[in-house]
Amino acid sequence: MADLSCTIAGIPSLNPFWLASAPPTDKKVNVTRAFRAGWGGVVWKTLGIDPPVVNVSSRYGVHHDTNRQALGINNIELISDRPLAVNLQEIRECRAEFPDHVIIGSMMAPIEERAWKELAVRIAEAGVHGLELNLGCPHGMCERGMGSAIGQVPEMVEQVTRWVKQAVGIPVFTKLTPNITNILWSAEAAKRGGADAVSLINTVNSIVSVDLDAMAPTPVVDGKGTHGGYCGSAVKPIALNMVAEIARNPFTADLEISGIGGITTWRDAAEFIALGANGVQVCTAAMLYGFRVVEDMADGLSQWMDEKGLTSLSQLHRMAVPNVVNWNDLNMAYDVKARINPDLCIECGRCYIACEDTSHQAITMTDLGNGRKRLEVIDDECVGCNLCSITCPVPDCITFDRVDAGTESVTWPDHPLNPQRLVAAE
Amino acid sequence: MTHSVPFLPVISADGHPLTAAQIEQNFSDLHPCLTDLQAMAESNRCLYCYDAPCVTACPTSIDIPGFIRRISTGNPDGAARTILSSNILGGTCARVCPTEVLCQQACVRNRAEDAPVEIGRLQRYAVDHLLDNTAAAYPFARAAETGRRVAVVGAGPAGLACAHALAVNGHSVTIFEARPKPGGLNEYGLAAYKMTGDFARREVDFVLAVGGIQIEYGRALGTDLTLDVLRQDYDAVFLGIGLGDTNALGLVGEDKAGVVDAIDFIAGLRQSEDLAGYCSAASVVVIGGGNTAIDAAVQAKRLGAEEVTLVYRRGPQQMGATAYEQDLAATNGVVVRHWAKPVEIKGNGHVEGLVFERTRLDGGRLTETGRRFEISADLVLKAIGQSLAPAALSGLTLKGGKIVVDETGQTTLPGVYAGGDCIASGQDLTVQAVEDGKRAAKAIHAALSASQR
Ligand SMILES: Cc1cc2nc3c(=O)[nH]c(=O)nc-3n(C[C@H](O)[C@H](O)[C@H](O)COP(=O)(O)OP(=O)(O)OC[C@H]3O[C@@H](n4cnc5c(N)ncnc54)[C@H](O)[C@@H]3O)c2cc1C
Ligand SMILES: Cc1cc2nc3c(=O)[nH]c(=O)nc-3n(C[C@H](O)[C@H](O)[C@H](O)COP(=O)(O)O)c2cc1C
Ligand code: SF4
Ligand code: SF4
Ligand code: SF4
Repeated sequence: MADLSCTIAGIPSLNPFWLASAPPTDKKVNVTRAFRAGWGGVVWKTLGIDPPVVNVSSRYGVHHDTNRQALGINNIELISDRPLAVNLQEIRECRAEFPDHVIIGSMMAPIEERAWKELAVRIAEAGVHGLELNLGCPHGMCERGMGSAIGQVPEMVEQVTRWVKQAVGIPVFTKLTPNITNILWSAEAAKRGGADAVSLINTVNSIVSVDLDAMAPTPVVDGKGTHGGYCGSAVKPIALNMVAEIARNPFTADLEISGIGGITTWRDAAEFIALGANGVQVCTAAMLYGFRVVEDMADGLSQWMDEKGLTSLSQLHRMAVPNVVNWNDLNMAYDVKARINPDLCIECGRCYIACEDTSHQAITMTDLGNGRKRLEVIDDECVGCNLCSITCPVPDCITFDRVDAGTESVTWPDHPLNPQRLVAAE
Repeated sequence: MTHSVPFLPVISADGHPLTAAQIEQNFSDLHPCLTDLQAMAESNRCLYCYDAPCVTACPTSIDIPGFIRRISTGNPDGAARTILSSNILGGTCARVCPTEVLCQQACVRNRAEDAPVEIGRLQRYAVDHLLDNTAAAYPFARAAETGRRVAVVGAGPAGLACAHALAVNGHSVTIFEARPKPGGLNEYGLAAYKMTGDFARREVDFVLAVGGIQIEYGRALGTDLTLDVLRQDYDAVFLGIGLGDTNALGLVGEDKAGVVDAIDFIAGLRQSEDLAGYCSAASVVVIGGGNTAIDAAVQAKRLGAEEVTLVYRRGPQQMGATAYEQDLAATNGVVVRHWAKPVEIKGNGHVEGLVFERTRLDGGRLTETGRRFEISADLVLKAIGQSLAPAALSGLTLKGGKIVVDETGQTTLPGVYAGGDCIASGQDLTVQAVEDGKRAAKAIHAALSASQR
C-alpha cells in the first residue's frame, strides 16, 4: 500500500488527515478518540484570551437535500468556551500520550500585538507542533473585531502573522477566510508576514435556511437567527478553487497548504492534494459520521494511489496544478459530442428534457413502439456542454467523444472570431 | 427501497381454532401506509422521468413523477391532488392495483436495478395524508350548475368516477344503486386485508363531498328501473353495473350446502362484524385461477381454515392472477394444484369432498386424462368467473358477454354510455373502471355542452 506519511510545514505526520479546529478537537476526550481512530493530527479548537466566550443554545443549521442528506451545515458557535489553562493542560496530556500525532494550536485575539504574542507563546509552551491563526470565523467573533474581521483585511493578515512568527519558533499556519473577493490578497499577505503555511478555507458566511414557521434564519435562537459559517460537502468546490489559485500563483506557489473545506471522502482528499495541498483538514464529515470516516479516507486513498502507481503523497502533490489555467489558455479547437450508450441507458428521458428545455435541443427521444425508447445525440447541435451526462442517473452512460482532429490548438486571444485580436492585428 | 413485510398468516399455536384477536391480526393491512421516513426514502428513488413510462402504464395516466416529487419536497397533499385529478379513487387503486403488471412494471428503475419505485405505496401515502388532513380544503371546486341531469347506474368505481367528473363540471348526477351501500366491489369484493378500516366508505364520502351527486339505494336497473325511462328522464345515462352474475361449474350437486360463490363468500366476509364467527370450515377448496380465487383462498386461510386448496384447470402461466398474487397464496399456505378440474361433488346434503380429473393441453386444447383424485372439503368456493346480468340491457348490443361501446364509452344507444367490468375495455380492474368512468364523463360533458337545451 502507498505510503501516506507526509510533512506539512516541516511537521511530519502519520497521514495527511487532520481534524480541523472545531468541536471535534475541542477537548482531550475528543482528541484521544480521534487519534485512536486513525487521524494523523488535530488542530485544537481555537483558543482565545480568558475569560472564555459564552455560546448560545441552538448552534447549527443545515442545508438538506430532499433525502435528508446534509449538503452542508452552518454554525454560530464561537471559539473554545473553556478556560485557556484547561485547554493547555489537556494539550500537554495528549502530546504526552500520543507523541507521534500532530497537535496544532489554533488561536485568535483582538488586533493588538501583545495579545497575539503572549497567547502564541503560552500555547507554544504547551508543546504544540505549530500554531494556526484563526482569521476566518465569519460570525460572532468578527463582531468583536476578530476572526474574519482580521482575515478580510490583507494588511492585518500580514501583521498578525508577523507578530506570531516573531514570538514563536514553531511553524505558523495562517488560516484564511473565503469571505473575500480574491483569496490571493490574503494568501500573499500571509506569505509576506512569514507564514509557513496557509490553511483554507474557514467557513463561508451563510444563512442555510429560513424556518418558515418561526420566520427566522436557522439555527433559531429564541425567535431570531444570525448568519453563520457554512461548511461540509457543499463548500468543497469553493475551497478547491481557492487552493488552486494559491498553488498556481507564482508568488504563493511555494507556500505550504493545509487544505480544508468539505472533505468527506478519500477522493476529495486526493483532489485537494493534487491541486497543491500538502495535507488536509476535516471537520463536518467527522461531525456528521464520527471519527471512523478516516478509515476509508486512508484506505481508499492508498488503494487509489496503488492503482495509479503512486508510492508517496509527494508524487501526488500538485499533480493537477499545471493543468489549472485561465480560460484564455483553453484550446477552442477541442470539440466533444455526447454519446449515449443504449445498453446502459434506462430511458428516463432526463437528458432529453434537460437538453431540450435548457440547452441546445441536441437529443432526440424516439418511441420504439414496444414501450422502449431510443435516445440519440444530434452531433450538429451538441456543443458538448455536459449537462446530459450530469443529469443522467446512470454512471458512464453518457460519455464524450472527441471529434476534432486533435492536431489544432487555438486559444481565444488567437481565435479568428475574437474582435480584440482583429483590432490588435490592424 | 422499502420492502413489504412478508404477509404471513397467524397459525394456531395449540391446534385449537384461531382466537378472535389472531383473526383480527390476520386481517390487518397487506401493505401498511408508508411512514414519513419510508416515503422520503422511496420518493427520492424516483428519477422524475420525462415522458415517464410509468404514466403510460397507468390506465388513468396519473402524473407519477409529478406526485412523487411533491412527496419528496414535503408536499404530500399536493401529491394527492395530482393523483386525484387523474384518478378520483386513487386511494383504493393505491391499495389494490396489481402494480407489478401496471406502473411499477414500467418503472425505469427496473432496467438496471430490478427494483421499481414503489409507486402504489407512495400513492397511498399521499392520498391517505390528504384524507386524514382535516384542515385540507376539498381539492375540487364544482363548476356552476348546468341544470343538466345525468343518471348513473351502479355506485362502483366506474359509476363513482363518472359521477364525480360530471359533478365537477356542474351537472347533477343521480346514482341508482341496487345494493344498500355504495362502492361496488370496493365495498363488497376487494380483499379485506387490502381495504382495511372502512376505507371504501371513507373514499365514497370523499367523492360525494364535491356536491351535486345523489345516490338512491335499492334501485336496480331491470327491477324498478328501465333504460327507456332513464333515457327519457335524464340528459344522459351511464351504466357501471359491473358483472352481476357468476359462472356455474355445471356439476350435479352444485346446490349442496357448502358450495358457494367465492364472490358471495368474500362479500359476506367484507360485511361481517364478527370475523371469528364468520367461517368455521376446516377444509376449503377453491376452484378458479383469477384474482377472486386467490383472494378467496388467502382469506379462507387467514380466517383459520386448516387446509385450503386452490385447484385450477390450467397452469400458472394461464392464471389470471399475477405472479405476485400467486406468491401471496403460496406464502399464505394455500396449496395450489394446477391441471385439474372438478368432475363430481360428494356429500349428503352438505358437501364432503370433490373429485377432480387431471387435465392437460393437447394441441392447444384442454383435454381430460381420466386420472382422478379426491379432496375432502367442507367448503367449496367457486371462482370461475363472473358475467353480465343481461336482464335489463335490452336495446344494447353485447359482444362476448359485455356491452359494446365506442372509443368515447358510448353504447349503441345514443346518450347511453357504459364503463367498468360491464364493458370490454381492458382488464377487469378497479383502475380501469375509474378510467372508463372518467372517459365517459368527458364524452357526456362534451355532448351536453354541445347540445341545445
Ligand atoms: C373478489 C374480487 C377481487 C378483486 N380484486 C381486485 C384487485 O385486487 N385489484 C383490482 O384492480 N381489481 C380487483 N377486482 C376487480 C375490480 O373489483 C373491478 O374491476 C371493479 O370493481 C369494477 O368496477 P365497476 O364499477 O365496473 O363494477 P362494480 O365494482 O362491480 O360495481 C358495480 C355496481 O353496480 C351495482 N349494480 C349492478 N347491477 C346493477 C343494476 N342492475 N342496477 C343498479 N345497480 C347495479 C352493483 O351493486 C355495484 O355497486 C376484484 C374483483 C373481485 C370480484
Ligand atoms: C461547529 C463549528 C465550529 C468551528 N469552529 C472553528 C474554530 O473555532 N476555529 C476555526 O479555525 N475554524 C472553526 N470551524 C471551521 C472548520 O475548522 C473548517 O475550517 C470548516 O468547517 C470547513 O471544513 P469542513 O467542510 O470539513 O467542515 C468550525 C466549524 C464548525 C462546523
Ligand atoms: S448532539 Fe443533540 S444531544 Fe448532543 S448536545 Fe447536541 S443537541 Fe444535545
Ligand atoms: S439521462 Fe441517461 S439513462 Fe436517462 S434517458 Fe438519458 S442517457 Fe438514458
Ligand atoms: S418510471 Fe419510475 S423513476 Fe421514472 S418517473 Fe416513473 S416511478 Fe419515477
